[in-house]
Amino acid sequence: MASEYAIEMLNITKRFPGIIANDNITLQLRRGEIHALLGENGAGKSTLMSVLFGLYQPEEGTIKKDGQVVKINDPNDANALGIGMVHQHFKLVECFTVLDNIILGVEPAGKFGLLQKEDARRRVIELSEKYGLHVDPDAKISDITVGMQQRTEILKMLYRDNEILIFDEPTAVLTPQEIDELMQIMRNLRAEGKSILFISHKLAEIMAVADRCSVLRKGKYIGTVNTADVTMEDLSAMMVGRNVNFHVEKKPSHPGDVILHVENMTVASKVHKNNAVKGVTFDVRAGEIVCIAGIDGNGQTEFVYGLTGLEPLVDGKIVLQGKDITNAPIRERSVSGMSHIPEDRHKHGLVLDYSLEDDIVLQRYFEGEFTKHGFLRRPNIRQYAEKLIEQYDIRSGQGPVTMARSMSGGNQQKAIIAREIDKNPSLLVAVQPTRGLDVGAIEYIHRQIVAQRDAGKAVLLVSLEMDEVLDVSDRILVMYEGEIVGELDPKKTNPEEMGLYMAGAKRDTVKKEA
Amino acid sequence: MQKSPNRESLLRKPGFQTLLASLLCIVLGLLVGFIALLIINPSGAGEAIMDIMRNFLNYSKRTTQIKNLGNTLVKTAPLLMCSLSVLFAYKVGLFNIGAAGQYVAGAGACIYCAVGLGLPWFVCMLASILAGAVVGAVSGALKAYRNVNEVISCIMLNWISLYLVNTLLSGVKNPTSPYTYSVTKKLVTVDGVQQVVDHPQALLPQLGIQGLFNNNKYVGLALPLAILLAVCIWVLLSKTRLGYELRATGLNKNAAKYCGMQDRHNIVLTMAIAGGLAGIGASMLYLTGFEDWSVTQSSVPGMGFNGIAAAFLGGLNPIASIFSSFFIQHITDGGAQLDKQVYPAEISSLISSLIIYFCGFVLFFKTSLNRWLDRRGEKPLTDKGGKA
Repeated sequence: MASEYAIEMLNITKRFPGIIANDNITLQLRRGEIHALLGENGAGKSTLMSVLFGLYQPEEGTIKKDGQVVKINDPNDANALGIGMVHQHFKLVECFTVLDNIILGVEPAGKFGLLQKEDARRRVIELSEKYGLHVDPDAKISDITVGMQQRTEILKMLYRDNEILIFDEPTAVLTPQEIDELMQIMRNLRAEGKSILFISHKLAEIMAVADRCSVLRKGKYIGTVNTADVTMEDLSAMMVGRNVNFHVEKKPSHPGDVILHVENMTVASKVHKNNAVKGVTFDVRAGEIVCIAGIDGNGQTEFVYGLTGLEPLVDGKIVLQGKDITNAPIRERSVSGMSHIPEDRHKHGLVLDYSLEDDIVLQRYFEGEFTKHGFLRRPNIRQYAEKLIEQYDIRSGQGPVTMARSMSGGNQQKAIIAREIDKNPSLLVAVQPTRGLDVGAIEYIHRQIVAQRDAGKAVLLVSLEMDEVLDVSDRILVMYEGEIVGELDPKKTNPEEMGLYMAGAKRDTVKKEA
Repeated sequence: MQKSPNRESLLRKPGFQTLLASLLCIVLGLLVGFIALLIINPSGAGEAIMDIMRNFLNYSKRTTQIKNLGNTLVKTAPLLMCSLSVLFAYKVGLFNIGAAGQYVAGAGACIYCAVGLGLPWFVCMLASILAGAVVGAVSGALKAYRNVNEVISCIMLNWISLYLVNTLLSGVKNPTSPYTYSVTKKLVTVDGVQQVVDHPQALLPQLGIQGLFNNNKYVGLALPLAILLAVCIWVLLSKTRLGYELRATGLNKNAAKYCGMQDRHNIVLTMAIAGGLAGIGASMLYLTGFEDWSVTQSSVPGMGFNGIAAAFLGGLNPIASIFSSFFIQHITDGGAQLDKQVYPAEISSLISSLIIYFCGFVLFFKTSLNRWLDRRGEKPLTDKGGKA
């Protein structure tokens, strides 16, 4: 007799040296349901999925498919069992077409190894119509939107006849409109009998689309609930272990002097011949949080590189506290009062193979307090690191000597934030400061940013997260294709209006005002 | 029961693991080398591998043994400098395969300064450092400002350096041999006629160390200086602001740029220092008079390449390099002890390259060891759980 469950992971325990990543976790996915897996960073979601895909072997516990115990030794076994996954960062070949990407690895070859694409194309079109997944099979990946790329990934799973579909944080890169579409697609898939595991820490989405939700916290299984029976607050309390304040508490802002003045900033693109940032002009004043919103890839990254000195400007002017820093080297910008919480903490923010204390002094090691006659003053570095670890509650295995690489994402980010804020900047540039972090850490970081504003600092926040933009900022500038297309007041706007600006459907002519 | 966790914590130490892994590489290298000897000539293979490992101990007389130990040490100093050159660049994320060329440039500079210009040893040595640094800096600048892979530019510069030095040193060549005059001579022009006169000032001071090695006149300042420089490199990398910057640049170029370090400047500086180390290495050999330069040689001396071997065998640690350099030189000299009729002397090069090849498995070895320790560590844990 067939089991009620498509896949079951029973009493899974996976240990790593010094840590139990999964402690007796049970996850049962019913056939034809959308099942959310909720948990903070480091709660053990990725480990559990790696066990399901055979990347790790659990010390204890069993996996059952349709009620039969199965052994999954590597991802190929998982594939053979009909388990497929859409990764947070898509695994697509940029210069291939949609169709080529879908058949990649299972190419239909005829005589002499020649590709037979016609059948494949017919099946892809069939599948895309059946599930409402609109794609153009002949478009190149590099030419299509992120939403369509994601649909391509979903088609990849369907083309392989996968029955169990795993979505890993699928909404992180989408616009509100695209998120709605994805939700509808997931419902269509469910209606066709697919079983979906939806990994997320966005509670609203889980409430909207999932039937049931399993919660992990610190490697432990907390419970499984029917989403119809609980509220968002219940779920977040299960995830974090305490009640979390979703709304950022902040007083009205009192903007002071202009701290940052950006005029006609133009930055070249690394990928194409056009400029990525085109003539951007705006001011940031002391005591206000200005947010640059927009969909990923609309020039925000290049804008930040230009502002912080990582890339040269093609044209324009940057003035920080009355001082022209357009052509100043990075170090000079930093000591003139600019702090930068970078978008990619592994690429720019940290030397991962440095100890925590060495990473904490990364922006200040050359100051007299930490260097004397060319030699590092180790005791002072230790003392300073210990102070910041205490003050910002940075948690790590061995304190100041912990390798940054071994720390959790949230604590790595806390270390960067501690370093950048403790520099006492006049301008704090925070780029996606909460990317990939859990609710508890996000709350903490938002409080820190607001505290900086209240201390009279100018804050420039660059974010892709709609909620963050609306909650934290005092003023919103929407960037679309390298231009500021609108200035919005977070108190008066709503996600739908912002979505229209972000998608380029609406634009103001206010940008030349400054 | 109490001893076992202690032993385990020692086994867990990364430094100890590296040492263990290096020793394992040596054993494996010698083993495969022995198999090669067996294939060439089975009857004498056992004797031959012992000869290689014994090196100077092959001599029966104690005084001769010590004198030959001195010879090995004379060549250990330049090898150590080359290995420091390689490991220093490696710490900053650059693969300095150009240590050989920088060494050649250093050799050319010191020999020319000694024989051609008649300068004293410390000036010759400075010239070596400078010449090596310039060659290194060229590779560094190409990498930093034109994004030319340093391996490519280094290999080309190795040959450029070799032929430039051959050309330069042809001017101080002994007309009766392919070699230059010894550094103890200098060329002077008296009334338009070139004469060769004695010039002992170009020799490195012996500092009385030669007495310890049965008056081996080649032993002197070089070895203590090389060890001192190894310690200096260790201090530079781990204790100074410059070392902090250079290591950050090597580990994460983007982060170094992000926090305002001058990554390009650092790359040039690193290669210049690495080149200077290889350059001074050459002066440590040629200013002893142990060898003269053959201006007809058409292959780059192996010292710089052996430096790569010594650096990796030493786990890229400056202090450990002292020992790994000695070991590599020890078996290289040991190879020369073999019966040339039966075995090629290159067998020791084969062994050292095998050792390096096995060094590639150091990471594999460490992971396996840790996994084994994990498994052992877990068992008592579950036992306890069962009892409770």
